Amino acid sequence: MKPSIPPDPSDKEAPGVPGFRTWGSVYLFVFVAFILLVIALAIFSRVYA
Amino acid sequence: MNALDWIVLLTTMLGIAAYGTWRTRHTDNLNTYLKGNRNTGWVTIGISVAATQASAITFLSIPGQGFESGIGFVQNYFGLPLALIIVCAVFLPIYRRLGVYTAYEYLGQRFDQKTRLLGAVFFLLQRGVQSGITIYAPAIILSTVLGWRLDLTIIFIGTIVVVYTVTGGSAAVNLTQKWQMGVIFGGMVTAFIVLLTKLPAGSLHVAGALGKLEAVDFSFSPDRRYTFWSGLFGGLFLSLSYFGTDQSQVQRYIGGAALREGRLGLMFNALLKIPMQLFILLLGALVFVFYQFQPDPPVFFNRVEWQRHIDGPDSAKFRAIDAKHAALHGERQGKLKTWMGLREGADPAAEAAARSALVAAQNEVDAVRKEAKAALTAANPRINTKDSDYVFIGFITTQLPHGVIGLLIAVMFAAALGSKAGELNALGTTSTIDLWRHFRPLAEHDEARNVRNAKGWTAFWGVFAILFAVFVSFEENLIEATNIIASLFYGVVLGIFLVAFFCKHVRGTAVFWSALAAEALIITLFFLRNVAPSLKFSYLWYNVIGCAACVLFSLLLQSLLRSRPKVAEARA
Repeated sequence: MKPSIPPDPSDKEAPGVPGFRTWGSVYLFVFVAFILLVIALAIFSRVYA
Repeated sequence: MNALDWIVLLTTMLGIAAYGTWRTRHTDNLNTYLKGNRNTGWVTIGISVAATQASAITFLSIPGQGFESGIGFVQNYFGLPLALIIVCAVFLPIYRRLGVYTAYEYLGQRFDQKTRLLGAVFFLLQRGVQSGITIYAPAIILSTVLGWRLDLTIIFIGTIVVVYTVTGGSAAVNLTQKWQMGVIFGGMVTAFIVLLTKLPAGSLHVAGALGKLEAVDFSFSPDRRYTFWSGLFGGLFLSLSYFGTDQSQVQRYIGGAALREGRLGLMFNALLKIPMQLFILLLGALVFVFYQFQPDPPVFFNRVEWQRHIDGPDSAKFRAIDAKHAALHGERQGKLKTWMGLREGADPAAEAAARSALVAAQNEVDAVRKEAKAALTAANPRINTKDSDYVFIGFITTQLPHGVIGLLIAVMFAAALGSKAGELNALGTTSTIDLWRHFRPLAEHDEARNVRNAKGWTAFWGVFAILFAVFVSFEENLIEATNIIASLFYGVVLGIFLVAFFCKHVRGTAVFWSALAAEALIITLFFLRNVAPSLKFSYLWYNVIGCAACVLFSLLLQSLLRSRPKVAEARA
């Protein structure tokens, strides 16, 4: 399955955030931060439950 | 509240209103009124997105949720970061490229006008009902501060909201939200610090012992409302639909100067949302601990309502409940002190026994609170007995320093107005663009008429919200009630958009009837949940089921519609 609208050149724009060359790396950073947060919350629950 | 609080409150409110009015005095065309200027930076978009969804409900209701059920509600947001990544990668570029006013305009371009209308009607239905719930937020603040009756306060506040929105528009909402959010966060941090100074050492352990700190539940039980799995999957679909297809959100980020601004604004939210909600929930859990150490916590946190019944014809009954609660609270405090004394001792068996006794005492206090709510319902069946929304506002007005109380009440009230304004603005936009213009295509280029109509629709939805809030009662707290209403529609709407993006052979007729069938399925499941226990599962799953049903039905129906001409040909 593919999106019905062809990609636009602006999709290739760099995010302009220091340390991130592509949007993929920004998304990966957000995803990893989420995983780490869930792990930290699970540990927090075990410590105080 | 004292004189200082009132001076701060009135000055802040007037300042916000004057600033918004002055900055938006030349908002006279539809594009600016509806989308705001297309030069908005990512910080403004990020805060605007956060503020539209957060608002005063977050700051009133989520501490109450933490107070009552602990911090497990944070799992509701586990799907949000993933959803925002998908919105950034797929939804946002398409909306920007097409230059649409509303998300449903895209459905019109991709499918047909009836599917566009269906998407818009689903949005208007769920958001219109939600606006009847969210109007409670500013009303709760004002009724607590002034001691007014809630229904009269709703009518008063609703009128102010309508005037504020109709005279302002998107730009005013964006302008004031940024500052309101900053001050509210400042107030929350102040409340947190004040709490910490009033709590004894080991308070987190008290919260943990009484079951308030179970943040993550990996069990697969579908009837548990918040688990890791319902939050991850149900929350993903809920957030994807909310951020990707709900006009109140889409309107925020399509106004960016470039694609980058919208994306960074959304990624800002993906990183911020879970820690922010966790902090607010933790605040609620600590307020719960705070009341454990107070000499006379209220049995029912809507103190105005409770006092009215104490002074009413059944005074003896309500006073007896008060006395029973005070006695049980005293017993609970004794058991709490015993457990805290044993907690770091060398006798684990004694500690475990003391902890069990404490939990049992807590259950007895909870039972009296239920008894109090039953007595209120018996006195007035229409009364809203979910008092957790009053917990944090009650804490603010009784425990924070004067001046700070006035400032915090002012900005929470302003944020509630701003959030309501954003919501009504989105309803007005969709009603104008997707309904009114559909039936009046010749009016498309008459800017003044379009703006007049958008304002008229905004006022209509404001009045609808007031009437709904005054005449309909509900059992949940504000944050859960809004999420449940959203979940009844969001899955199906998301399904329509996913078919639009990824199933290019599916046409409008197939997706239109499939969406109606999927929505009928969800509504049926919702109403059957109390009849058939096996159908009683977390509302978050409605998002997954609605979306999956819509996509599946669309694919099946499209294949049937395609095969019909072939059958006809073969017969010929």
